[in-house]
Amino acid sequence: MTDFLPPALILVAAAILIGPLRGHLRSAVVLAAPLLTLWAIWQVPDGVVTTAPFLDYVIEPVEGSPLRRWFATIFALMAFVGGLFAFRQARWYELAAAYAYAAGAVGVSFAGDLITLFLFWEVMALFSTVIVWSGGTPAARAAGVRYAIMHLFGGIILKVGIEGVVVHTGSIDIQPMMATNFDTWLILIGILINAAAPPVSAWLADAYPESSPTGSVFLSAFTTKTAVLALILLFPGESILIWIGLYMIMYGIIYALLENDARRILAYSIVNQVGFMVCAIGIGTQMAINGAAAHAFAHIIYKALLFMSAGVVVYRTGKSKCTDLGGLFRTMPLTCICGIVGALSISSFPLTSGFTTKTLISQAAIDEQMLIVYFLLTAASAGVFLHAGIKFPWFVFFQKDSGLRPKDAPWNMAAAMVFFAALCLFMGLFPETFYPLLPYPVEYEPYSAGKVLFYLQLLLFSGLAFFLLLPMMRRTLTISLDFDWFWRVFLFRAGQSLVIGAGKVREEVATALLAGLSQLRETARRYLGASDPDARRGVFASAWAIGTTAGWVAVLLTVYVLVYFT
Amino acid sequence: MNRPEDEPWLVRPRSIRLLWRIFWAVLALTVLLQVVIKVKGYFIVDGWFGFGAAFGFLSCVAMVLGARVLGYMLKRDDTYYQAGEGGDD
Repeated sequence: MTDFLPPALILVAAAILIGPLRGHLRSAVVLAAPLLTLWAIWQVPDGVVTTAPFLDYVIEPVEGSPLRRWFATIFALMAFVGGLFAFRQARWYELAAAYAYAAGAVGVSFAGDLITLFLFWEVMALFSTVIVWSGGTPAARAAGVRYAIMHLFGGIILKVGIEGVVVHTGSIDIQPMMATNFDTWLILIGILINAAAPPVSAWLADAYPESSPTGSVFLSAFTTKTAVLALILLFPGESILIWIGLYMIMYGIIYALLENDARRILAYSIVNQVGFMVCAIGIGTQMAINGAAAHAFAHIIYKALLFMSAGVVVYRTGKSKCTDLGGLFRTMPLTCICGIVGALSISSFPLTSGFTTKTLISQAAIDEQMLIVYFLLTAASAGVFLHAGIKFPWFVFFQKDSGLRPKDAPWNMAAAMVFFAALCLFMGLFPETFYPLLPYPVEYEPYSAGKVLFYLQLLLFSGLAFFLLLPMMRRTLTISLDFDWFWRVFLFRAGQSLVIGAGKVREEVATALLAGLSQLRETARRYLGASDPDARRGVFASAWAIGTTAGWVAVLLTVYVLVYFT
Repeated sequence: MNRPEDEPWLVRPRSIRLLWRIFWAVLALTVLLQVVIKVKGYFIVDGWFGFGAAFGFLSCVAMVLGARVLGYMLKRDDTYYQAGEGGDD
C-alpha cells in the first residue's frame, strides 16, 4: 500500500511555505498546519500502511500503533502551541526550522524501519541546529557548532549501528532488540546521545539556553523525546537503562542546583526528567512503558510551559540569570502563575499531570520489587521539587526585588501558556481521559488518599528544606564544569600542545634542512662555480678551448664504438 | 526604601511571617493526617509514620550538601569558556 502519505509531510510543506508567505497568510499556515497534522495522525491505522522502494530495500515510512500515535500527537500539539507562542515574535527562518524539526519528530514517530527513522533523525539534527543558531548571538553560534558536531557524531554512530544490523540480520525492521553485540550497542549509544545520557549530557544545557526565547520552547520538546520513543521501540527492558536513567536523574538535580541561569536550570531538569523515562524503559514492564510514554507526553507540555514562562521573561527583560532577576511577580502575574503551574507539574504535585504520569513509573518499580530504584526515584521526586519546582519560580519571580518592571506576556504568548497550563491541570485532574490512549491497558488508580498524603509529605518537606537551606543556595555568577570540559578544554589544549610541538619539530627540521642545503650549495659552487659570470668558475663550468672539447668527444665516441662491437 | 504598605502584600514582612505560620501548620497537618489516613508501605519502611516527610526533607538536605561539595570542584566563573581558558570561542 502506498496510498497513505506520512503526516510529517504536512509540517514539511508548512516549513517550506513559511519563508515565502507574509502576514496573515503565514500566520494561518503556522497555526493550521499542526492541527491538520494532528488530524492526519489520528487517521493512521495500526500496522504498516505505507511502503516504498528505496535502494534495494522496501522501507515503511508509515507504521501506526497506539504508542506511535501517542508520541506523534504530542509532537504535533507541541508544534501548534509552540507556533502560537512564537509566530508574532520569532524570525521566519526560526519558525520554518522549528516546523521542519517537528516534522522530523512526527516522521520518527511513524517510522516503520530503521532507514526512515535515520532519515527523519537527521532532519531533526539539522533543523534543531538552525534553531540554536537563530539565537543570533556569538555564543549561540559557537554553541550551535558544538551542538551540530555532537548530533552529527551521534548520527554517524547510529548509522554504523543500523548498517551493522542490516548487514548481519538482513532486516531493516524496527523491533525490540537487546544491546548484546557491537551493532546493537552502537544503535543504543546513538539514541542515548540524543537522550542526553552520560557522558554527553552537557550538549543540552550548553545549546538550549543559547537559543532565542521562542527557540528554546521548540528545542525542549523534540530531540530527547524522540530518543525516548526510539528506546521504547528498540530497547524495552534493557536493564542498563535503569542505571543510566538514575544517573541522569541525579545529574540533572545536582547541576540544576548549582546553576545560575534560569533557562539552563530548566535544561538540566530536562535531563533529569528524561532520566525518569529512560529508567522506566529499562524496567520495561507494561506499567513502566505506559509510565515512560505518559510521562514523555506530560513532560513535553509542562517543560514547554516552563520554557515559555522563562522565554517571556527573557523576551521582556533580556536577562536570564537568577542573579539579575527576582520580584517579577509584581508586573508579570500571568507568566508567574503559568510558570508555577509548570513547576508544580514537573514536581508531580497531586492534581497536576506530573502526578498522574510519573507515579506510573514508581508503581512499575514497586511491582517489580525494585527497592533501591524505588527509593532513588522517590528521593529524586523530592529533588525535582527542590531544583525546578521551587527554585525556578522562586529565583525568577520572587526572591528579591530586582527593580525590573517588565510588561506581562504578549497575547499570543499568554494564550499558548494558558493553554498548556490548563492541559497540565486537565491531565492531573482527569487521568482517566488519557490512560486509555496509552500503549498498554492501564489498571492504576493514582489518587488513593494514602498515596496523595505520602507525596504531599514528601514534597512539602522538600519545600521546607529549600527555604531552610536557602543561604546555602545563594546564586553565584558561575557555571559548572561537565564532561564536555574534556573536549572543550582538555582536547583543545592537547591539540594546541600538539600544534605547538609540531611547530617546534618543523622548525628544527627546517633549520637542519636549510643548513644541509646551503652546504650542498657550497659544494656545488666549488665544483660548478657561481652563477655570477665574473666570479671564478669551477672546473665543470669554466670555458674550455674548442680543440680540447673536440678531443674529448673523439675519445668518447671511440670508447662507445668499441663497447658496441665487442 | 518603600514603606511596607506600598509593597505588594506578598512581600510585606508581616505577610511573610503569616505565610511561614501557615506553611508550618500545613506541614504538621500532612504528618498528623497519617493518624487517620493509612499510607501503604510497599517496602515496609515507607509506611512508617511521617516517613514521606523525613525522607523528603533528608534527601533534599543530602542533595543540597552533595551539590555544594561538588560545586567546590565544578564551579567556575561564568566567563570561563569565553575568557580564552576554554579557548573554543
